Amino acid sequence: MSSDQTLAFETDCHIFDGCGFPAPGLHSFTFEPMFSIGGFDFTKPMLLALLGTVVIVGFFWAAFGKAKVVPGKLQLVGEAGYDFVRRGIVYEALGKKEGDKYVPLMVSIFFFVWILNLWSVIPLAQFPVTSIIAFPVILALIVYVLWMGLTFKKHGFVGGLKNITGYDKSLGWVLPLVMALEFLSNVFVRPFTHAVRLFSNMFAGHVLLLIFTIASWYLLNGVGIAYAGVSFVMVILLTALELFIQALQAYVFVLLACTYIQGALAEHH
Amino acid sequence: MLASEGEKENPLVPPIPELVIGLIAFAIVIFFLAKKLLPNINKVLDERRAAIEGGMEKAEAAQAEAQQVLEDYRAQLADARHESARLRQEAQEQGAALIAEMRAEGQRQREEIIAAGHTQIEADRKQAAATLRQDVGKLATELAGKLVGESLQDAARQSRTIDRFLDELEEKAEEKAEAAR
Repeated sequence: MSSDQTLAFETDCHIFDGCGFPAPGLHSFTFEPMFSIGGFDFTKPMLLALLGTVVIVGFFWAAFGKAKVVPGKLQLVGEAGYDFVRRGIVYEALGKKEGDKYVPLMVSIFFFVWILNLWSVIPLAQFPVTSIIAFPVILALIVYVLWMGLTFKKHGFVGGLKNITGYDKSLGWVLPLVMALEFLSNVFVRPFTHAVRLFSNMFAGHVLLLIFTIASWYLLNGVGIAYAGVSFVMVILLTALELFIQALQAYVFVLLACTYIQGALAEHH
Repeated sequence: MLASEGEKENPLVPPIPELVIGLIAFAIVIFFLAKKLLPNINKVLDERRAAIEGGMEKAEAAQAEAQQVLEDYRAQLADARHESARLRQEAQEQGAALIAEMRAEGQRQREEIIAAGHTQIEADRKQAAATLRQDVGKLATELAGKLVGESLQDAARQSRTIDRFLDELEEKAEEKAEAAR
């Protein structure tokens, strides 16, 4: 049962065969370990995460390893990606002077998230690693630690608290309410949504792709074949949509990270 | 993997092994990018900017130089034109002066020649008049001596008489000339 549900293409179940639609679900996001070392189960998402690392480092090594003033094609592509994050996100949010320090982190986050998302549509991989909550969480946690660290380093303990709680005397009697809300937002909600936004987008996207992929297979029987075609067209369209969402979510993740850091560095208002 | 096991798991609770793997994977990425590859490309980008700016500066310098040379040539050309105009003017003036000088010289020489001619004529006329006067006197004396039959010995008296006679003749001639005028 387990492999039938995890790997949609191995099922013999078709419509009119008397078996129900093997709908995707949470079980689609758990994998049997590929191997175990002393109780540590190594799974497909882990492999894809490490492969993503290899892809990113390999690409940038090939592009920037022997960077030339007159760039080759690969270097040009790498520069375009690098510049997109550097200028398009970091400098936009933080300014060139403040932002320069955080460019390597943000570039790394962007490409890490993007490639891990991208596995979703790569044949054989076909799984967005970021739909495992641990991967967005670790990245959001890194940003959160940096964000809080910068807040207290820049403003001191009291100033940092004021920064986090949005302290502003001119608010008068609503100030306690605002402070409570801001504190809640900054300390708990933002890091949580930061991770969950990426996770849920990739999770939902993968479920959608699975539904139509499984359906395309499931409907391949009798009159269902016509509907299988429709379903397959949906797979193609959703794959295109996912390609867009993957890049967009990577962009949003980095943009939010920059915005949080910008908030930490901002003076009291 | 059993479906029941999967359903028990909360998808929002991160499993520790994945956290660790995620951290390691990301650490590797950021290590290579931050330590080696991004500084690499930053250096190259800076070099490229410097090269482009240097190239532009060079081009600007070359353009400025070309402009300078062009202006120099124009100035030289204008100078040369000016000079040639000045030389032509000078030559014209010199030529005119030369002609005027030669004309004046010719005039002067002509006047000199004329004056010399006049002087010569006057001198000749005077000499002729003196000779004539002597000859007339002598002839008149001889004639008078022959007519009177006596020799007019007294030279002084002789010449005084002749002179008086001649003066009278001259006066008459002058009166006639004035009357004629």
